[in-house]
Amino acid sequence: MELAEILFLAFASIAVVTAIFTVISRSPVISALFLVINFGALSGLYLLLSAQFLSVVQVIVYAGAIMVLFLFVLMLLRPEKEDKYFVVNRKMKIFAVIVGLFLFGQLAFAIFASDIGQTVSIESSRSEQIGKIAYIGENLYTTYLFPFEAIAFVLLVATIGAIVISKKKLD
Amino acid sequence: MDMFTLFAVKLIQVLIIAQVMLLTVSYLVYFERKISAWAQSRVGPNRVGPAGLLQPFADVLKLLLKEDIMPEKANKLVHIIAPIIALFVAFTTYAVIPIGPDITLFGLNIPLSVAPEIDMGILYVLALTSIGVYAITFSGWSSGSKYSLLGGIRSSAQMISYEISMGFAIAGVLLMAGSTLPTKIVELQSGWMWNAIVQPIGFIVFVVSAFAETNRLPFDLPEAEPELVGGFHTEYSSMKFAGFFLAEYANMIIASALIVTLYLGGWQIPYIETLGWAPEIVIPLQIGAFAFKLGALLFFFIWVRWSLPRFRYDQLMDLGWKVMFPLSLINIVWVAAIIMIFGIK
Repeated sequence: MELAEILFLAFASIAVVTAIFTVISRSPVISALFLVINFGALSGLYLLLSAQFLSVVQVIVYAGAIMVLFLFVLMLLRPEKEDKYFVVNRKMKIFAVIVGLFLFGQLAFAIFASDIGQTVSIESSRSEQIGKIAYIGENLYTTYLFPFEAIAFVLLVATIGAIVISKKKLD
Repeated sequence: MDMFTLFAVKLIQVLIIAQVMLLTVSYLVYFERKISAWAQSRVGPNRVGPAGLLQPFADVLKLLLKEDIMPEKANKLVHIIAPIIALFVAFTTYAVIPIGPDITLFGLNIPLSVAPEIDMGILYVLALTSIGVYAITFSGWSSGSKYSLLGGIRSSAQMISYEISMGFAIAGVLLMAGSTLPTKIVELQSGWMWNAIVQPIGFIVFVVSAFAETNRLPFDLPEAEPELVGGFHTEYSSMKFAGFFLAEYANMIIASALIVTLYLGGWQIPYIETLGWAPEIVIPLQIGAFAFKLGALLFFFIWVRWSLPRFRYDQLMDLGWKVMFPLSLINIVWVAAIIMIFGIK
């Protein structure tokens, strides 16, 4: 086996196992811990695809910022009583199972209905080029300038919205 | 260089850096105690060895022999993992920091940095430091103690707040260099074109954020003794406590190394190339210059700790969001203006 294959198997198995533990863990903080490890493994997989920028951003944004905020909320709210939630609300449990199965079916269909036999081949030098920061930056500010600015605007609106809502509660 | 030699060279580099790091960390603790003693007109450690020089070894032995106490209400696994995360982050960040120019040894061209050519460069450091928050958050949560939890929560808030200003300050440096590679950032600061002189606002923001990110006084609220006993590491003992202790000092060295690399010209000595000396003399001098700048900054870190009182929590947040964050934005505008006017590229 090549080094890349061994690394792929390692990262992929870590990703799958931690994803399962994220779902089945009883304590939300432990769930969050496994999700962080999952993000780490995912970032390793990106690196194997020579998407350097994507892999580092995955860690900075998802593992480093978003999950810390999640943990922050979890630790402040201390949701330990929540595991009895489904025992009390039977109807919610049935609803959750139906939604879960529906989503699973959708994903499975999307994966198996697509042409898996088809291999996408890009020369490795070109894919290395695409993964670099300079290439991504150049494309964001030229080819994809409008969508980029539009997303920035949407995020700004969301931030202002969050501030307005939290201010209202304080007053 | 074939695969095997590359691997061997890197392994040796990693081993040397790890050893030097561990030694520096233990002697940094010694110097912290000596300088604090000097600041408070005391003698400081002077019993073990000449002038107390063997004190670090005595400290480590003491910590190893202490009983390892696991609190009853602790989440055992996470409680053990937390200091490991802290140490992991503290010792892996060095990979991208160049301590000198490329050298030629036994006919091999060796860059004096473990991973000099990775495209993400400085972003790798940011990614790892953002993982470092988990060590404190998890240790606070898993201890099952209110002091630890409060310390952990304070720390996450503090680190997130200052990470933003830190990121924007780094953005100024990246704009100037046009590259994320630390080696390139250092090369572009030749002569007196140090980033600390070109963008002083960014430099100040970065230094203040570095203090906040390493949880050093005046920003050591996660472990504020009078209010929180020991903060996030209240429930830690023996080598698990030592893990956090070592990580704090290792983080100080990383922060100083980053400041040197990004703002103080890295290993460069201004205008040494005009003297026309042989590389055998210049390169050791340059490595020495890196060590000297690093040492001066570490002294500054310790000096500040024993001179300034601790901030209050609301003052800390005000400083982070209302002063440092706008300043870092002003710095970006300033750098952009400089690039526009002088056409530096």
